[in-house]
Amino acid sequence: MAGLATAFGSGAMTNPIADVLKSEAILVTGSNATENHPIFANYIKEAVLKKGAKLIVVDPRKIDLVDYASIWLRPKPGTDVAWINGLLHVIIKENLHASEYIKERTEGFEELKACVEKYNPEYVSEISGIASSDLINAALTYGKAKPASIMYAMGITQHITGTDNVKSLANLAMLCGNVGVEGGGINPLRGQNNVQGACDLGALPNVFTAYQPVTNNEIKQKFEKTWGVDSLQSTVGLTVTEMFNAAEEGKVKAMYIMGENPLLSDPDVHHIEHCVKSLEFLVVQDIFLTETAEYADVVLPGVSFAEKDGTFTNSERRVQRVRRAIQPRGDAREDHWIICELSKRMGYHMNYGSPSEIMEEIRTVTPSYAGITYERIEKEGIPWPCPGEDHPGTPILHLERFARGKGLFSAIDYKKPAELPDKEYPFLLTTGRVLEHYHTGTMTRKGKGLNMLYPELLAEINPEDAVGLGIESGDFVTVASRRGDIKVKTIISERPDRGVIFVPFHFKESPANILTINAIDPIAKIPEYKVCAVRVEKVG
Amino acid sequence: MVNLTIDGKEVAVKEGTTILKAARFAGIEIPTLCYHERLNPIGSCRMCVVEIEGLSHPMTACNTPVTEGIIVTTDSPRLQKMRMETLKLLLVKHPLDCPVCDKGGECTLQNLVHEFEIEGTVYLAEREDRESLYPTPLIHYWPDRCIMCLRCATACREIKGLGAIDIDGSGFNTSITAVNRDKCESCGECIQVCPTGALTENLGEYKGRPWMVNRVMTTCTYCGCGCQLEINVFNNRIVGVTTKDGIGVNKGSLCVKGRFGYEFIESEERLSKPLIKKDGKFHEASWDEALSLVAEKFKGIKASHGADAIAGIASARCTNEENYLMQKFMRAVIGTNNIDHCARL
Repeated sequence: MAGLATAFGSGAMTNPIADVLKSEAILVTGSNATENHPIFANYIKEAVLKKGAKLIVVDPRKIDLVDYASIWLRPKPGTDVAWINGLLHVIIKENLHASEYIKERTEGFEELKACVEKYNPEYVSEISGIASSDLINAALTYGKAKPASIMYAMGITQHITGTDNVKSLANLAMLCGNVGVEGGGINPLRGQNNVQGACDLGALPNVFTAYQPVTNNEIKQKFEKTWGVDSLQSTVGLTVTEMFNAAEEGKVKAMYIMGENPLLSDPDVHHIEHCVKSLEFLVVQDIFLTETAEYADVVLPGVSFAEKDGTFTNSERRVQRVRRAIQPRGDAREDHWIICELSKRMGYHMNYGSPSEIMEEIRTVTPSYAGITYERIEKEGIPWPCPGEDHPGTPILHLERFARGKGLFSAIDYKKPAELPDKEYPFLLTTGRVLEHYHTGTMTRKGKGLNMLYPELLAEINPEDAVGLGIESGDFVTVASRRGDIKVKTIISERPDRGVIFVPFHFKESPANILTINAIDPIAKIPEYKVCAVRVEKVG
Repeated sequence: MVNLTIDGKEVAVKEGTTILKAARFAGIEIPTLCYHERLNPIGSCRMCVVEIEGLSHPMTACNTPVTEGIIVTTDSPRLQKMRMETLKLLLVKHPLDCPVCDKGGECTLQNLVHEFEIEGTVYLAEREDRESLYPTPLIHYWPDRCIMCLRCATACREIKGLGAIDIDGSGFNTSITAVNRDKCESCGECIQVCPTGALTENLGEYKGRPWMVNRVMTTCTYCGCGCQLEINVFNNRIVGVTTKDGIGVNKGSLCVKGRFGYEFIESEERLSKPLIKKDGKFHEASWDEALSLVAEKFKGIKASHGADAIAGIASARCTNEENYLMQKFMRAVIGTNNIDHCARL
C-alpha cells in the first residue's frame, strides 16, 4: 500500500475487477488467485477464454493460473525488482513506452531510465533464473497490449523489499500509460474480507480515517472537535510488529486484540509468544478461544459476520452491507457493542442506536466515505471515493490526474532477501494459503465440509528434491529454520521449483510461522513470509 | 439492426441476437430449461421451440439467430404439444419425488410440469440403480433426477474454466460424471445453475423447505472479493448459503469457502461467555465483571505508565463501523496512536 501511495497518492486497487474483461493483456504476479481470490480468478479466466486476453503469470510456483497463461515466468523467490526492471529495460529499448503519457502525467522518468539501463535480459536472467527470451517475450506482450492490467497480492508484498516491488510494478504500469484507463490499472488483491475497510477507517498507527495523517494539526483538531476530546496524540503509533517488540522490552504493558490471532499469523511464533507473555494485561475479543486468546487475562466473546449489521469494503473499494441473519449465540455480543460498553466504563460515552448511526459519524470525518449511506448501498455497494450524496462513487482511480498530481517513477535497485539458503539450511521456504482454508484456520477448520476436502497440512516438495530426500507423497519430514522446527506431511508436486518447499500456514498443529523470519520491509513493515532458509529431513 | 416479427409484434435487434433474446427483449416469455443467461446456448432440452413462417420444422429459439424479416410464433397448439411431450419424456427418468427433494418449491422443472398440467409419469422405462461418480463429497448427485440439460458441465467449463464434470454413457444410462476429478474445486457453481434437484448440497441433515427459509443478503466473510451471498436461516439456524444470479461482483458464483464454509458460525467451540483468568484458569464471568475489570486495568496502566503503554489491534474480520470505533477508542479514550491491524499479513 505504501508503494502505490508513493507512486500515485493512493494505495488501493485502481480498477474494478470486471475491468480485466477489457484488458488485452493481464500480468498476474505473486497472486495464487484461483485459491485465494477464486471469484477474481473467474474473471481472469473469462478474459482469457472468452475475450482472448493474453495472460502473463510471473510466479515461482506453478499455480493453476499457469494453465491459462500465454507466458509463465518462474523467477527465484525474492527477485521481483530484478525481473520487473528487466521488463522496463526491454520496453524502453523497444520504444514501446507511452512517451506522451509519461511527459504529461508523470515525473522521474529519466532517473528510472538510467537505473534500469543495466537490467538487460542476461543480467536479469543471472539474478532471477528467468530465460532472456521469456523475459523479452513477456515485455513485448505487456508493452504492446493496449490496455494491459496488473494484479498482485502477498507474493509481491511479503518481502523485505515489498514496497520496492510494488513501486516497480507501478513503474511498469505508468511506463505503458496503463494507469487511469479502463481495462488497465494496477490491482492489489486484498487477502481478507475487510482489510481495505480497516485501513480506510483508520485502524493504522499513522492515520485517522481516509488516510488523514495524525501528524497534521488541522486534521487532529477536526477529530478532537467531533470526538469531544481535548488533545489527541500527534505522534505516530506502533505497528503490530513494533507493538510486540515493545511488549518484550516492557514499554507496552497492556494490549487489546480484537479478532486477530497473531500467535499463528505473525512471523517467528516463538518470539511472539515470548512478547505476549511479557505483557502485564492482555484482552482478546474473538469468536473462538484462539491460540492468542489462551494467553489473555480477559476474553470477550464477539460475534461472526452472520450475527451483526454493518459494512465491509472489498478489494475494489466497494462499500457493501453486512446484515444480521441470526441472533448472537449465547451471551456473545457484537464487537461494536463491546467497545461502546468498555468505553462507557472508562468514562467516555459512545452512544449509537445502530451501526448506521456509526456510519453517519464516519461520513462527517471521512471525505472518501462522505456520500455513503446505508440507504444508498441497500441494493448495491458504492466504490470510494464518494465525496457527496449525489456522487456515484469512483470505480477507476486516477482518470484525469493522479491523486498526488503527477505519477512518480521510482528508480529502484534489486536487493537480496534477508535470509537465503546456504549449506546448513539449503531449502527455501515459502508460505501461503490453500483453497479450502483461510488464514489461521479459526473459521475453516471448525466445520466438517471443508475439512473433508483438505483435512491436514500438506507441504509441497518438487519431485527431484523428493528423490534426493528419499521421500514419497504422504511421508513426513521435519522442516527446520534458525527459529524452530515443525513436522509436516508432504505431497510431491511440480508446483514448487527445485530447492523450494511450500507450507500453508493454517494449521496450528504444525504452525509454519514457527519457521518464518521476523525481517520486515522498512516502510510497509510487512514481514518476509515468502522467503527464508530451512533444512528438510525425512522423519524416521 | 435486424427486423423481425414475434407473435405479431415488430422487433428490431442487433445482428447475431438469438430469437430467444429478441423475444425477451420484446417482453415475450418462451419456456426454457437448459438455457442460462451466463452460458452459451446449450440447446439440449427443446422446450424453447418456436415456429418460423416458411419453415416446416420448429426451431429452438435459444440458439437460432434472427434473420431479416422472419415471422416467429412462440405459442401454438402444435408447439404446446411438442413442449408437453418433451416434458413427459423428461419424466421418464425424473421421479416425481418432489416432497423429499431439496429443490421442491423452487424447481424449474417442477414449475413447468405444473404449468403444463402433467399429472403423472406417462412413459415408463426400466430403472437401474447407478453409482454416483461426482467429484466432490460436498455435493450429492441424483442421477435419476438429472434431465441432462448440461448446464452444470457447461458452467464448470465456461464460468470456472475447469471442465471437471461432463456427460458420460448413452441412453438411459447417461449421467454426469467426474471426467477431471482433480480439477473440481467444490465451488458449487453446478448446484447454482441446476434447474432441478439433481444436484444438492451435502452439508446439514435438515435444511427446511425453500418457502420456510429466510434468505438474508450479505457480504462474504472470507477474502477481499466481497461476494454477495444469501444466508439461509430456518428457526434461527443457518441451513445453507445461496446466491442470486447476476447480483454482486460474483454474479451468482461462489467459491468453496463462500458456499460451504459457514459451519464455523454455529460451532460448539464458539465463545458464549466472557472469561476471566484466575490462577492460570479461565472462569466464566458476567459482562459487567469482565468489562469493569478491563476498564480498571487500562485506567491503572495509563495512570502509572502513560497511554502509550497500551496498544490495540483492530481486525480485518470486523466491520467498518467496528474498526472505526476501535481506533476511536484507542485514540480518544486511551489516548494513543498504538492501533494497527493485520493488513500486512
